[in-house]
Amino acid sequence: MIRFDNVTKRYDRGREALRGVSLEVAPGELIFLTGHSGAGKSTLLKLIALIERPTRGQILFEGRNIGRMPDRAIPRHRRQIGMVFQDHKLLEDHTVFENIALPMIIAGYSQREIRGRVRAALDRVGLLDKEKNTPAMLSTGEQQRVGIARAVVARPKLLIADEPTGNLDPELSLDIMNLFHQFNEVGVTMLIATHDLVLLDRLGGRRIVLAEGEIRSDGNAREPA
Amino acid sequence: MTALKNYLIRHAQNCVGALGTMTRQPLASGLTIAVIGIALAMPSALNVIVRNGRAVAGGWDNIRDFSIYLEPGTPLAQAQRLQEQLAGNELVASARLISADEAIIDFQNDPEFGELLNMLARNPLPHTVVVRPTAAADAPALQRLEGELSARTDVDMVKLDTEWVQRLNAFLDLARRAVWIAATLLVGAVIVIIGNTIRLDIQNRRAEIEVSKLLGASDGFVRRPFLYTGFWYGLLGGLFALLLLGLSLWLLSGPIERLAALYGGAFRPLSVDRGTVLAVLAGGLLAGLGGAWTAVARHLAAIQPKV
Repeated sequence: MIRFDNVTKRYDRGREALRGVSLEVAPGELIFLTGHSGAGKSTLLKLIALIERPTRGQILFEGRNIGRMPDRAIPRHRRQIGMVFQDHKLLEDHTVFENIALPMIIAGYSQREIRGRVRAALDRVGLLDKEKNTPAMLSTGEQQRVGIARAVVARPKLLIADEPTGNLDPELSLDIMNLFHQFNEVGVTMLIATHDLVLLDRLGGRRIVLAEGEIRSDGNAREPA
Repeated sequence: MTALKNYLIRHAQNCVGALGTMTRQPLASGLTIAVIGIALAMPSALNVIVRNGRAVAGGWDNIRDFSIYLEPGTPLAQAQRLQEQLAGNELVASARLISADEAIIDFQNDPEFGELLNMLARNPLPHTVVVRPTAAADAPALQRLEGELSARTDVDMVKLDTEWVQRLNAFLDLARRAVWIAATLLVGAVIVIIGNTIRLDIQNRRAEIEVSKLLGASDGFVRRPFLYTGFWYGLLGGLFALLLLGLSLWLLSGPIERLAALYGGAFRPLSVDRGTVLAVLAGGLLAGLGGAWTAVARHLAAIQPKV
């Protein structure tokens, strides 16, 4: 589904965030990206969503070299990807329902489809009774679940999450990770960046360790105890 | 088919939504609309006045009559010769002789002058020839003719009755140009006002724009609500301008009617014609969309999501 071929990303100030990274992601995989902050996890995800462009190398997304994709094609590319952020990026002046509906509105779904799918997504993250609240009325964990509902509501092929549990205590974090597992089980490919190693030890899946912009190890973790 | 329907529904939602956003800040939106309305009303009011002035003056355009007053004591036969001579001139459409005797009869019928004239020993009035030039006669040729007539020893004076019409026309030409300049400047001002309002609007909704772009919103999707905001400002500003215009003309209608009565009813009451209504609304809409477009083009591209 995704292939990185010797990808290097150098920022304006000359720092190399990624150096010659090559990897392959198959459809339906659940992959955790780990490593210290500054190791290049966020950069890797940004390259996939075309928030940044690679300096060298090729990134193939379903066979297309997205590194060379023209700007006007970026919106269509991003609509195939669900994104979850550490600070969840919810709109404070909109209700939970409106926040989750936004990707579907952008993609041009009908009102009826939007209502049905938003309710279904809210149900999946267990917040069906909070649809009229604003994000500020929710707890941090609930806010992140709204962020996840928004990421999956338009049924993306790929979900990427950058430190989705960064602001959560361990119990809520596990809760969120279990949610990701559930979505992965219905076939969504997932790339999750996290430095929460304690949490990772309790989860399975493929694990890619980055350090100083290079891949240190790539393989399946032992099955969770 | 459903895609098109959804697209149109989105447009309708953006359209209504933009209006909704404006009503959430009624004071700020109202003031902006008022400023736009005043800016559009000023040149249109001037235009209505100039246009009505021209309609009146236009009726006098071809009146270039002049009167030739002969020296007192000039024999009637000589006056008739002059009249015949002028009637034969190619510049002259008609030449009419008003003899001193005819003139005094007019005056004697006047109750006040009648008494006065009866006290005089002899008729003090001269023979007069009233000349109406042809429409084809140009101004320099007429001036030459008038000069020749003035130089004659039997002519006391040649009096142009219509210089003021020419002055009025010249003034109206000037005023019309001034209206155009004022309109251009004020529409420019409206574009700047709307552009600035929308720039602030864009800044206030920065988070929403960033998130929308992250979620795959196209430039068109992000741009649309702001263009509709510009559309509403332009339309409502234009309607407010028409309201102000109607109000001003209503306030002017009293004095205008009195003035019209003094000129023998030559003035029609000032009216806002369909052309002015369309021009004000079109000007408002154009400035609204133009202002919105410039703001959107300059500021939206600068907002790129940072993660």
